[in-house]
Amino acid sequence: MIGIVDYGVGNLASVRKAFAAVGAQAELVSDPAALARARAVVLPGVGHFGHCAREFHRSGFAPALRDARERGVPLLGICVGMQLFFARSEEAADEPGLGLLPGTVARMRGVPRLPQIGWNQVRLHGTHPWLGGVAGGDHVYFVHSYAAEPATDVVLGTTDYGGERVAIVGDEGLLGVQFHPEKSGTPGLRLLDAFARAAA
Amino acid sequence: MTLAKRVIPCLDVRGDKVVKSVRFVDTKEVGDAIVLAERYDAAGADELLFLDINASHERRQTMVGFAARVADRIFIPFTVGGGIDSADLAAELLRVGADKVAVNSAAVRDPSLIGEIAGRFGSQATVLSIDARRSGAAWEVVIDGGRVGTGSDVVAWARDAVGRGAGEILLNSIDRDGTKLGFDLELTQAVADAVDVPVIASGGASAAEDFVALFRGTGADAGLAASVFHYEELTIAQVKDALAEAGIPVRPVAA
Repeated sequence: MIGIVDYGVGNLASVRKAFAAVGAQAELVSDPAALARARAVVLPGVGHFGHCAREFHRSGFAPALRDARERGVPLLGICVGMQLFFARSEEAADEPGLGLLPGTVARMRGVPRLPQIGWNQVRLHGTHPWLGGVAGGDHVYFVHSYAAEPATDVVLGTTDYGGERVAIVGDEGLLGVQFHPEKSGTPGLRLLDAFARAAA
Repeated sequence: MTLAKRVIPCLDVRGDKVVKSVRFVDTKEVGDAIVLAERYDAAGADELLFLDINASHERRQTMVGFAARVADRIFIPFTVGGGIDSADLAAELLRVGADKVAVNSAAVRDPSLIGEIAGRFGSQATVLSIDARRSGAAWEVVIDGGRVGTGSDVVAWARDAVGRGAGEILLNSIDRDGTKLGFDLELTQAVADAVDVPVIASGGASAAEDFVALFRGTGADAGLAASVFHYEELTIAQVKDALAEAGIPVRPVAA
């Protein structure tokens, strides 16, 4: 079972339905203890980082997520879910993230319009087993005003929006995407499919 | 390599059927909404807008059920609008898989609705839809399907709404709606200049060149059309080919 962390935030139905479309079974998990049964974990999130971080910590998922990470359970963060992998965001300085990856999240400056809403191309800087279906130059769907600024070399992909912005971060057993694979048509579904296979 | 301009088909929905209004008066059925939505997805639409024009009391349930069925089948973003008058209804639509909700008349009557939805679900999920009608040198906000004038200035309302948390403006020219005279570039530019969120232009498009003119002449991020796509007078691919040829960034239609 792929567990989608349900902490009361985000477009969870879309993520579950997108997994169903690639033949994978994903379930919403609202009890942190139940996350121990998941063979892979998806951390979604949308909207305000502070709101997401607060709800995430309040729902008690932080220890379960860290535990999953330590056990090497495949972990996928989407949008603000990906941003939660970092220690903090400028959007809400008082609300900590998970700190699984070193670095922070900052408001995009020098951009034409905020939020960035729409399809933009990814430029790949590295490889990852779950990224096989995403090719450099593919258009994927972004909705965000803030972007990750990792402190170490975990950037696997960027996109150009008033400058180069982090679109994909990854490490062994972990992938974070700023875009929404569940809303990115074919390349997005391919990514979810690859992730689901890693969990099988 | 930059953000693509979006081409968005609009589906006016009653029940599960798509209907098309001409200047908001006469409606004709054009087919099953979900089948049409899937066809647009395959044809390269960047996003879909569903406007519920059903006036019945069962509307709420109908809308939510419909949005859930769309989310089962469509893996590109979609917005639902039409008569959304509470943050709770917005919550239900977003919960079943809609990406954004568009508010219009209810937000004019009670502007705090915008902040309430944006506060709970974020600006990115909160679209303000404005029906604009030319009035002298400016444009007046009209509501209730274009029937009722408000006396409010469109540009001022757009600015106010963004301040309240609207993350996108869907701007429909009532004067151009159904006319096939092309987008109202002057109106679109006036609003795009006034706000820093994306603007979706709507009303009047009938040819690929109308989209080229829109993106060449204004700061709009997206162009929307309904009947010309439904009746297959124009395809998404034709629009995108013309845009690409004009050097405007688009997401290519998959081969």
